[in-house]
Amino acid sequence: MKILVAVKRVIDYNVQIRVKEDGSGVHTDNVKMSTNPPDDNAVEESVKLKESGKVKEVVAISIGEDKAQETIRKALAVGADKGIHVKTDSYVEPLGVAKILKKIVEKEKPDMVFLGKQAIDDDCNQTGQMLAAMLNWPQATFTSKVNLKDKSVEIVREIDEGLETIEVNLPAVVSCDLRLNEPRFASLPNIMKAKKKPMEQIDAKDLGVDLTNRIQQIKVEEPPKRKAGIKVANVAELVSKLKNEAKVL
Amino acid sequence: MSVLLIAEHDNSKLKPFTLNAITAASKIDGDVHVLVAGANCENVTKEVASVPLVKKVLWCDSPNYQNYLPENLAPLVTKTAEKYDHIVASANTFGKNFMPRVAAALDISQVSDIIKVSSPDTFIRPIYAGNAFATVKSNDKKKCVTIRPTSFDPAEKKGGSAQVEKIEAVDVPKTSKFIKREETKSERPELGTARIVVSGGRGLESGENFKLITDIADKLNAAVGASRAAVDAGYISNDHQVGQTGKVVVPDLYIAVGISGAIQHLAGMKESKIIVAINKDGEAPIFSVADYGLEADLFKALPEFLAELNKLNTIQK
Repeated sequence: MKILVAVKRVIDYNVQIRVKEDGSGVHTDNVKMSTNPPDDNAVEESVKLKESGKVKEVVAISIGEDKAQETIRKALAVGADKGIHVKTDSYVEPLGVAKILKKIVEKEKPDMVFLGKQAIDDDCNQTGQMLAAMLNWPQATFTSKVNLKDKSVEIVREIDEGLETIEVNLPAVVSCDLRLNEPRFASLPNIMKAKKKPMEQIDAKDLGVDLTNRIQQIKVEEPPKRKAGIKVANVAELVSKLKNEAKVL
Repeated sequence: MSVLLIAEHDNSKLKPFTLNAITAASKIDGDVHVLVAGANCENVTKEVASVPLVKKVLWCDSPNYQNYLPENLAPLVTKTAEKYDHIVASANTFGKNFMPRVAAALDISQVSDIIKVSSPDTFIRPIYAGNAFATVKSNDKKKCVTIRPTSFDPAEKKGGSAQVEKIEAVDVPKTSKFIKREETKSERPELGTARIVVSGGRGLESGENFKLITDIADKLNAAVGASRAAVDAGYISNDHQVGQTGKVVVPDLYIAVGISGAIQHLAGMKESKIIVAINKDGEAPIFSVADYGLEADLFKALPEFLAELNKLNTIQK
């Protein structure tokens, strides 16, 4: 079997983002970038399935400017076999990303596509589901456990009420949640080896898909700030404040 | 034209967040139609029909919709959407699962997780875990929108009498199978709608110690929340997680205990009306959003807190 795993380069989750004064977006210059956290889980699971012998090949793909290759190299360093970089310097909405991935799926013919459930920059949570719909494949979202069988995959999903188990036929799209696994760190020798793994570059324009953005970002602003609170000296003062000042008890 | 809203339910009862979504839908367009797709879900249609803001209920009953498998539900929504300008659902694990499939089938760029309707085509939505708010305008003819339920008040439930119209089921692909759902049953209020939430973090040090949290929650008739660290460490199940990738809560009172306040946790609770933080690290970021901060060892402070609460006689049940 073959897995295509999609990774996105985003502002590192530990960075406190800063909104641009002109309302056009957030500052990204000189900001630490990393792989979108649940995408790391998607890569880890793909590599684990390869190590189990059930999967033969893992292909990592990223869409974006040249630096997206760093994110692909990181996936290669933890065990993916080949990289595909779809180059574009413009922002692509999840709908466009799904269209690009569909083209690559048609070419690479994977049995499964793994990706993170959501990107922590635009917080859309759409791409996997959209790709599944375009391919007419079943999907498993918010995946926290994968049990791969011959012609299907049994999935435990994290839902608001608790956990849900489903089984979907292959081929399928699997969007990964953070508790699926513990992503490994790449060792230095593997980082060096990853530099020699094949990386295909494709210009997004050559894929023949319409990437016109449909959503116009009018402005980005800081959310209203909370007023600074006070520190209380002890539990009795806390309860007294909650009862008499905040009136919530 | 009208708004089509997809109801979330368990085939016998409507899930409360649908009422919040109805309020949001009514701000897009007053002509709100609600699709109730399920198996033997007539009771749900009656419940929805009695919501005054709802103008029409579309009822599709088939065993294929019993477990809301997105492969089955999305084609029905896509077909029903033909007559509508907006297709709307809650931005929880129900709506997030199927709505992008509908959007892709209709070649629409979905607007996810809105917190405000500025006009029928312009919405405000949080990005970067709520550290920025984006105002976005959808230029698609039809719009697929998911709604952050806690940002809208629930619609009034009683007094309406919308017409219920039965619609035909559509073919399903039979590519997915529901096996089981393990719901965490609790006597406590639901996390998403509770008036008070008491949350624990890694500072609790073990699952057993969460009893300190649940004792307070029971005293206050509160829901129990947790940070991602506490869930990852296995102290408590995932359905308690508050944060960017868990639940967003907006209670009157949020008590964060042993939670440092990572960006992704703050994203899920910083809109709460009153925030209390109890943490032994005075520099913890949680104090920057807390109305009342108590720098203390939680293992000493929580039993004292419970004792103080027991002295009060004003706690609402």
